[in-house]
Amino acid sequence: MNFDELFGHLGQHTVDGLAKGSIYALVALGYTLVYGVLKLINFAHSEVFMVGTFAVLGTWTVMGATNNPGIGMMLVFLAAGLVAGAVASGATAVAVERIAYKRLRTMNAPPLAFLITAIGLSLVLSEAFGVWQGRLVKGMPTIVPQEVVFQIGNTAITNTQLITVVAAILMMIGLDVFINRTRYGRGVRAVAQNPDTAALMGVNKDRVIMLIFLLGGLLAGAAALLYSVRYGNTRFNVGFILGLKAFTAAVLGGIGNLRGALVGGLVLGVIEVYAATLTSSNWEDVAAFVVLVVVLLFRPTGLLGESLGRARA
Amino acid sequence: MSDLTRTVLLDVDHVTLKFGGVVALNDVSFNIYRGEILGLIGPNGAGKTTCFNVMTGVYKPTSGKVTFDGDKITGRRPHEINHMGVARTFQNIRLFPEMTALENVMVGTDSRHKTSVVGALFRLYRVRVKPEELPAVDSDNGFIRFTQQVRRWGAKTFGLSRHTLEERAGERKSLDLLRFVGIEHRANEEARNLPYGDQRRLEIARALATEPKLLCLDEPAAGFNPAEKEDLLQLIRRIRDLGYTVLLIEHDMRLVMGVTDRIVVLEFGKKIAEGSPAEVRDNPKVIAAYLGETADAS
Repeated sequence: MNFDELFGHLGQHTVDGLAKGSIYALVALGYTLVYGVLKLINFAHSEVFMVGTFAVLGTWTVMGATNNPGIGMMLVFLAAGLVAGAVASGATAVAVERIAYKRLRTMNAPPLAFLITAIGLSLVLSEAFGVWQGRLVKGMPTIVPQEVVFQIGNTAITNTQLITVVAAILMMIGLDVFINRTRYGRGVRAVAQNPDTAALMGVNKDRVIMLIFLLGGLLAGAAALLYSVRYGNTRFNVGFILGLKAFTAAVLGGIGNLRGALVGGLVLGVIEVYAATLTSSNWEDVAAFVVLVVVLLFRPTGLLGESLGRARA
Repeated sequence: MSDLTRTVLLDVDHVTLKFGGVVALNDVSFNIYRGEILGLIGPNGAGKTTCFNVMTGVYKPTSGKVTFDGDKITGRRPHEINHMGVARTFQNIRLFPEMTALENVMVGTDSRHKTSVVGALFRLYRVRVKPEELPAVDSDNGFIRFTQQVRRWGAKTFGLSRHTLEERAGERKSLDLLRFVGIEHRANEEARNLPYGDQRRLEIARALATEPKLLCLDEPAAGFNPAEKEDLLQLIRRIRDLGYTVLLIEHDMRLVMGVTDRIVVLEFGKKIAEGSPAEVRDNPKVIAAYLGETADAS
């Protein structure tokens, strides 16, 4: 156990963990939004993220992106990547809802039918990309070269970490305002709390459901861009582990609770980095899930509790 | 009201509804006229709530049709029927438990608002506002006062988004409705924490917020004591005086007799009588149907 390293550079490891956790948090929001309204775990959400990373890669390839572009081109590539990722992931998420779940909902299918459909879709999407794009890791150009932006004591904060954390927090605030302070957010909460009554009070249930899939997809697309910037590669099954971690983050924070997804994601990222520092990176997944189990033992509904309706609390 | 000036608002035309082999509604026909309070009564299990559910689009009739204000209701989706102008309350209260009373009503007002998703997200469409509509600067706390001044300046210079204006209008209207039903002081409490009677009133306010042409009340007095029932009676009359048409499903005969203009009586899914309260009260079929239920109906 390398406690000297962990506590000697605690700030550094915390920052690394927060940056890692921010991406989990953005993907976790997609799980939590859908669960909050439909009580459905959308396992295909990990593939929504995967499609986003390929869209970013494709866009950069088409635009002829190379390593270390100047600051001007860097911003252009980031903007193009964000649009491409968000559009591709958003469209995938809505398509998944329309093609797979909507029919099941109108037929009043049992929850297990949704679950197996979600798992099946996830496999179909990732294997389809495996066939189409090959099964090897695909590298991406380094659009944002790592640079230390500022240093506090022995904690160095890099530009990609800063972008990742700030972007995640801004999107989280935006989503929170949207859900709590707009008429559409009120519609989402109404459907989450009592779908049939909401419909009778004039809320278009199908539109609300499409909206939450779209929002989840857009956030996953943004996460795909941040992931591409930070790790510089993707693969047909990139969504599997990341999706699992994001789902864990959502449960850890309290699934259905938006702020819980953020907290869960950040906590999970930090725990993983701490664990990897103490032992080796082989143990980070073990530590993450041990913490999940322990937290759920004491707080079965997660750190902040479930319920999209009580996002205010 | 003479027959000549009456216009039909809702037309239930030979509606039959079967669940498997069970006939829940059997060839039921009646009209609701604009501006009246119609009572729909019958013993337990007579099909009152089922009838209601057909009229509000929850169930699709096996045969027959329901026409509202000239348009066919049958086969439409629940939120579309709400937009046509039918709103309802529920026999077993169905609020949004974890929203405040005010928000519950605002879900109703939202159904009449027009901001798009993009409009709500980015608020680029700005509207000039009159001076009296600008955000108030009223706090004594220096910091809050400063932020209020910034917001006021922003609204003055750039105008307000349509979303903001609609939110404000919705909030004002919702507060008015809460005052109208008498629970304004509960506006910021979560619906699930409200006393039972206030929850029933909140349901009525929420239904009114959707600006219905027809307000359907499903046993609004269930669980009320006589004093509360009297208050409710007053409230229903005031609602009618505002020009709403009201359909009242009620088990309590005295309440129905006291407030309705006309009554339709169902028994075993069939209409057995229709007429003024006095006519219905003296109808032998109705007396037979309610016989043995006097204790319940008092």
